[in-house]
Amino acid sequence: MNIAEELLKGNRLALSRAITAIENEYDEATDIMKKLYPHTGHAYVLGITGPPGAGKSTLTDKIAREYRKQGKTVGIVAVDPTSPFTGGAILGDRIRMNGLTLDEGVFIRSMGTRGSLGGLSHKTADAVKAMDAFGKDIIIVETVGVGQSEVDIVKAADTTVVVLIPGMGDDIQAIKAGILEIGDLYCINKSDLDGADKLVREINMMLDLDSFMTDWRPPITKVVASQNEGISDLLATVEKHRDYIEKNGQLTARRTKRTRDEMLDILRSNIGAYIKGRIVDSGRLDAYVEKIRKRETDPYTVVGSVMKEMLR
Amino acid sequence: MSTEHEKIQAELAKYQASVEKAVARFPERDHLPEQRLYTPLDIKDTDYADEISFPGVYPYTRGVQPTMYRGRFWTMRMYAGFSTAEESNKRYRMLIENGATGLSCAFDLPTQIGYDSTDPISEGEVGKVGVAIDSLADMEVLFDQIDLGKVSTSMTINAPASVLLAMYIAVAEKQGVPADQLRGTIQNDILKEYAARGTYIFPPRPSMRLITNIFEYCSKNVPKWNTISISGYHIREAGSTAAQEIAFTIADGIAYCEAAIKAGLKIDDFAGRLSFFWNAHNNVLEEVAKFRASRRIWAKVMKERFHAEKDKSMKLRFHTQTAGSMLTAQQPNNNIVRVALQTAAAVMGGTQSLHTNSRDEALALPTQESVTIALRTQQIVAYESGLADVIDPLAGSYYVEAMTNKIEAEAWDYIKKIDDMGGAVAAIEKGYIQKEIQDSAYKWQMDVESGARTIVGVNKFQMENEEPPKDLLKVDEAVGERQKAKVNELKAKRDNEAVKAALADLKKACQDEQENLMPHILAAVKTYATLGEICNVMREVFGEYEAHVSL
Amino acid sequence: MEKKIRVLVAKPGLDGHDRGAKVVARALRDAGFEVVYTGLRQTPEQIAEAALQEDVNVVAMSILSGAHGHLFPKVVDLIREKGMDDVLIIGGGVIPETDIPALKEAGVAEVFTPGTPTGDVVNFIKEHVKL
Repeated sequence: MNIAEELLKGNRLALSRAITAIENEYDEATDIMKKLYPHTGHAYVLGITGPPGAGKSTLTDKIAREYRKQGKTVGIVAVDPTSPFTGGAILGDRIRMNGLTLDEGVFIRSMGTRGSLGGLSHKTADAVKAMDAFGKDIIIVETVGVGQSEVDIVKAADTTVVVLIPGMGDDIQAIKAGILEIGDLYCINKSDLDGADKLVREINMMLDLDSFMTDWRPPITKVVASQNEGISDLLATVEKHRDYIEKNGQLTARRTKRTRDEMLDILRSNIGAYIKGRIVDSGRLDAYVEKIRKRETDPYTVVGSVMKEMLR
Repeated sequence: MSTEHEKIQAELAKYQASVEKAVARFPERDHLPEQRLYTPLDIKDTDYADEISFPGVYPYTRGVQPTMYRGRFWTMRMYAGFSTAEESNKRYRMLIENGATGLSCAFDLPTQIGYDSTDPISEGEVGKVGVAIDSLADMEVLFDQIDLGKVSTSMTINAPASVLLAMYIAVAEKQGVPADQLRGTIQNDILKEYAARGTYIFPPRPSMRLITNIFEYCSKNVPKWNTISISGYHIREAGSTAAQEIAFTIADGIAYCEAAIKAGLKIDDFAGRLSFFWNAHNNVLEEVAKFRASRRIWAKVMKERFHAEKDKSMKLRFHTQTAGSMLTAQQPNNNIVRVALQTAAAVMGGTQSLHTNSRDEALALPTQESVTIALRTQQIVAYESGLADVIDPLAGSYYVEAMTNKIEAEAWDYIKKIDDMGGAVAAIEKGYIQKEIQDSAYKWQMDVESGARTIVGVNKFQMENEEPPKDLLKVDEAVGERQKAKVNELKAKRDNEAVKAALADLKKACQDEQENLMPHILAAVKTYATLGEICNVMREVFGEYEAHVSL
Repeated sequence: MEKKIRVLVAKPGLDGHDRGAKVVARALRDAGFEVVYTGLRQTPEQIAEAALQEDVNVVAMSILSGAHGHLFPKVVDLIREKGMDDVLIIGGGVIPETDIPALKEAGVAEVFTPGTPTGDVVNFIKEHVKL
């Protein structure tokens, strides 16, 4: 099957295979992405992040349903952590979205973090592009917001929603500090629990202190995702944010920066792989290392000469 | 410490020293419990009068009745049902002829989840794990020629328990048996469905309402009926430990009581009709300790937490089923022995009724022959073993008393933890109880695979080229089609206007939280509205539960 | 290249006994696989579609209600209809020996009955999966 061609024709299996190629770094992935790229740039990308147990998957499910009611098609990329010990993962987000499985306007794909450093955000970004080229109107990227790689993933979104729940105690402080700057919107899920108002006050206080604040002050929306309460309010604030960044040029600026980062990322990894391949295969790396160990030379000098030689 | 205890302490030290030497030469087996033996020292803080006491006396550690099986044996209640109402009716009458003293109805999964046999989702499931009941018409056939005034019937039905109970009441009415003469039990325990068994329909709130509606209705109209069987059985089957089984179940029991009290009922008006359902596993002495501990905890909960005054409210009465998950598909005849041991545990633990599993249930539904052996197992234990001749025969065993204390303490720890989370409903919604059960299940499986735990015929003493057993029960695949035809026929001939009116009335009642739904359901059932139609009305108003799954 | 075996663990039908499915899911994770668990009460259509969207290499189903004869073959057919010819489909649960030949005939690669060590399932997948 010609994956790119079939994908562009609307073949769901082709979309699925394209994402596998991206995820597994198959050689053909580059070719696929080349063919898909001209067809991307139409979808609006929503990032959803927050601590474990915040109900992100249920929220994603409800958001997707709401968009479907508006007649929009939805793609979902749900990222779950891979166990660093076994390399395995339980990809458990999909289970909260079972009701969407048979909706042809929705495509859900679960991905494990697979312990890759940095590579993950690149892969999810390409998975999003594949769904974009497939024609999805809205793409939701859902991930646990605890590590840097997860934060990198949601940076690829046009609008990022940070989901929190009341009563998480002190743990929340660290998480909040870490993700404060990436939230375009805040969502308090399970807001029927005690402590919801307190949490709203805390977030407001932090926003008051935030010196980087532009004229966009992230709105805080209370929802109870399991009861489908507050979802349309939340989407209204997404709309507002979209409007805001479209009008003041931030959306273009964000997407330009993203393209630039991506470009540099691909460049870095390709050049790195190319050079590494050449010096490892020829056995030169070991020789260099031995010399450096004996202090006959240093890594900076070696890299300098390798670069000069190979990138002429 | 008393001088006697000091003496024992000294002797014990000597004994341990000698054992250390012996063990150095002849090591003990691996994977044994830590403590080698028990002595009076292990139960020196246990006050006999307060903690153990006498049968029929608070805290009922030794049993809920003063004479236990010296008066009469437990009810030998065999869980049965498959295929159509006609087939199951035959099996029930066979069991009664063979000396079974109570019926226990198994319903198929569509019935348990409130779908008609005609619903596409029922495809392949109709009549498989139990009998298919779509309407009152099926229930009439199911109990044909069985006098509901004489038999006591237990129905394993939860989410739609109200509907099946209503059907039972309606059948009795047709037989001329008044509701206040009916004896039996509905399982009606939705919390363990969320936590372990999986046949839920509605979210917790309306489910709890249905349950308290039944409590209230039955306390006035069906006073001899056990309105709930708060079940640890399935929690254990899902993989919990013995202590977790009783802890999570008693936490569920507390949640039901609180819901009923919140709905305006008085504890002593309904608590006497609460019953429990335990698992009987292979570790005989641990199980006996578990049964004893459960009685003691419940008595304390009722007295100290709910301030119950009637003795009956404080007595934990329970049904037992032998552990299905302990049956092996390998060398299935060995299961007869396992079931015999489990039966011994249940009897020495003081059960009020017992279902014994059949040897072939790891492979299929049991055949008539297997069911008979399982029933005979109970009869042999009752009449031949002597285990039922003395009350609570293991009381006073240093080990069993210490174990009873230990399981009780472990269970209290869990109950307190669940209280701190806001009770069983909150703990289930958080996935806490499910996670604890799964962790235990996974540990068990890994222990079996590593050989730390031996299962005869499975990871030790296997047989090469074992012949697969023949003559397993096969449910006729045509049952689904036949049952579908029955439903369609019924819909064509019943008074559809009356059905429509009854369902509309039920819907209105569902929307009014103050209304008791039982009379409305009973009225709907009598018009031959189907189970699916009735449950769909409730689904419309109440919504459906979305499971919390975390692995 | 970073290939991982992806497995969909599914509970078709209405039965709520998921102890086995969950234990297997965990064991597969611990064997280094990526496991998507569907949860209870999935129709064959839902399972096949989830298998497609997740592009899994293996679909592992568990049924204890006796509905395997109807549901397993249906899932196989739907998955094949979607063009996923190389997905390894396996099943487990309370399944009489005499039913197994027909299930294999219908395209279920292997059937695991009670008492099977999870390691056997892991090994079977490793030996038969097509990546």
